Amino acid sequence: MNTLAVKAYELREHTVDIIMAGGGGHIGGDMSVMEVLVSLYYKQMNVAPDRTDDPDRDLFIMSKGHSMEAYYAVLCDKGFLDYEDVKSRFSKFGSPYIGHPNNKLPGIEMNSGSLGHGLPVAVGMALACKRDGKQNRVYVVTGDGELAEGSNWEGFMSGAMFGLDNLCCVIDRNRLQISGSTEEVMALEDLKNKVASFNWNVISVEDGNDIDQLNAAFEEAKTVKGRPTCVIANTVKGKGSPVMENKASWHHHLPNEEEYKEIMKDLEDRKEALENE
Amino acid sequence: MFSWSTQRQIRIFTFSFDAFPDQSVEVGIAEQDLVGISAGLAKCGKKPFAASPASFISTRSYEQCKVDCAYSDTNVKLIGISGGISYGALGMSHHSAQDIAAMSAIPNMRVYLPSDRFQTRHLIENLLQDEKCAYIRVGRNPVEDVYTEDNCPFEMNRATKVREGSDVAIIACGEMVRPAVDAADLLAKDGISATVLDMYCVKPLDEEAVIRAAEKSKLVVTAEEHSPFGGLGSMVAQVVGRSCPRKVVNIALPDAPVITGTSKEVFDYYGMTGEGIAKRVKEELG
Repeated sequence: MNTLAVKAYELREHTVDIIMAGGGGHIGGDMSVMEVLVSLYYKQMNVAPDRTDDPDRDLFIMSKGHSMEAYYAVLCDKGFLDYEDVKSRFSKFGSPYIGHPNNKLPGIEMNSGSLGHGLPVAVGMALACKRDGKQNRVYVVTGDGELAEGSNWEGFMSGAMFGLDNLCCVIDRNRLQISGSTEEVMALEDLKNKVASFNWNVISVEDGNDIDQLNAAFEEAKTVKGRPTCVIANTVKGKGSPVMENKASWHHHLPNEEEYKEIMKDLEDRKEALENE
Repeated sequence: MFSWSTQRQIRIFTFSFDAFPDQSVEVGIAEQDLVGISAGLAKCGKKPFAASPASFISTRSYEQCKVDCAYSDTNVKLIGISGGISYGALGMSHHSAQDIAAMSAIPNMRVYLPSDRFQTRHLIENLLQDEKCAYIRVGRNPVEDVYTEDNCPFEMNRATKVREGSDVAIIACGEMVRPAVDAADLLAKDGISATVLDMYCVKPLDEEAVIRAAEKSKLVVTAEEHSPFGGLGSMVAQVVGRSCPRKVVNIALPDAPVITGTSKEVFDYYGMTGEGIAKRVKEELG
C-alpha cells in the first residue's frame, strides 16, 4: 500500500468538507494539486509545526493561492492548524481562515491570491538562502493558467540568472482555468521548452497525481546544480471523482447535496482501492 | 541590501554596487520581479531597499507593494527615485504625481517624502532600525537645503516645525518644503506670520502637529508635488475638517499632464514657488 497516495485521498475528503463548511472554494484546483502538496509536505520538505521560524527550514509558497482548501487540509493534518477549527470557521465572519494563504497563520510563509506573485518572491528567498550558504530549498507551486501573468516570466529569467539550484517551481498543469482550456484561453505549449529556454532544468511528470513520480522528480531536482528546476506536474483538474474531473465549470463550483455524496463516495472508493493495493 | 533596476543612476545614498557586490542585486527592467524578490529577501532576514523610478515602482509593481510587502508584512523599503515631475520633459509616463495617494491607500504601508539630503539621511537611518515596509519618494535634481549638517531636527513620524507663526499654517512635503519656507520668509516682510510644517511623514500623518498648527491660524495651505487628489492636501483637509475647521487651500500639480519643462520651470508655471505660495496666501487672507 502506498500510504501517501492514500493520504492524498483522505485529505481530498477533508478538503471537500472544508469547502462545504465554508460554503465555497476552488475545488477543481484543490483536487489537482493534492499529490504535489502531499509529496512536498510528507516526503520532501523539512518543515514542522514546532519550528515554524527555524532559519534552516525549507520554504514553501502557494502561488496558486486559491487552492487554499487543499492547503488547509495538509496544514491541519501536519499539525500546523486544527482541522475542526478550520472547518468550523473557514470563510466565516472574523475568521483568520480566508480563501487564500494568510501568513498570520502558522506554517504559511507568504500571502498570495493575486496570481503571478509566488515565483519572484521564491527567487528572493532562494537568493537570500544561497548568499547565506544555507542548504535548504525553496518550493513554489503555481497554476498553469496563472502563467499568463508576465511576472512569472520575470521570475523565470531572474531565477536562472542567479543560478538558483535551491529553487524548485512546480506547475500544477491541469490544463484548465476558470474560463476553459488553457490552450484555448492563452496557449502555453510548448511549455516544457518555453521554460527550458529560460535556462531552467525542466522535469515533466507524466502523471502529476502520482506520488512516486513526483517524489522522483523532486529528488532529481536536488541533484541539479547551477540552475533552478521546474517540475511540470501533469495533473487532472477535479481529480478524484468523475463528477468534477476535467471540467472547467468545477473551478469553484460548490457541490450540491447529491454531488457531494457522489464525490465523497468516489473518493472513499479510490482510497479503499489504494489501501488494498 | 539594494535591489534595483537602474543601478548606474543612483547616487543619493552614496551606495555603490561595485563596492558592495554581496549586498547588491540587479534585476533588470522588471519592477514586479524587483519588489517580489525584495519581499523574498526580506522574508529571509535581509533588509532590502528596492529602488526604481517612483513612477514605475508605485504603479508597475503596485500589486507587489500591496500583496508581497504590505499585506505579507515584509520588511521592504521601497525607494521611488526621480519622483514627482523631476524627469521633466520626459513626460507623464515618467512622472509620479499619484504615488502618495496610491501608496497611502495600502494598509500597513508608510509613505515618506524627505525634503533635503540631511533629513533623508536621518530618515533612512531610522528606517534601517525597523522591520516594516515603507515607501520613500526622493527627487532627481539637486535641491536647495532646508536644514544644515548641524541643525536638522528629526523625530520619526513627527513633522518638523521649520517656522512658527500665527496667521497661516503652511504644511508641505518633499521638494515643496523649501518653497514653503521661502514663502514664510516673504510673508514675514509683509507682516504675515506663518507656521511651516515639514510633513515628511505623509503616512502616518502627524495629526497632532496639523491640529496644533491649524488651531492658531486663520488659514491652512498645503503644498505638494502631487496630484490634487489623495495626497497631503486631502489628508490634511480631513484632519482639519474634523478637528479644527479652517479653510484649507491645496497647492499641487494640476489634474492633467504637466506642461513640458524642468522642475523649476514647471513649479514656476504652477505657482509652486516661494513667491507663488506667498501670493496665494495673501489672496486667501484678503
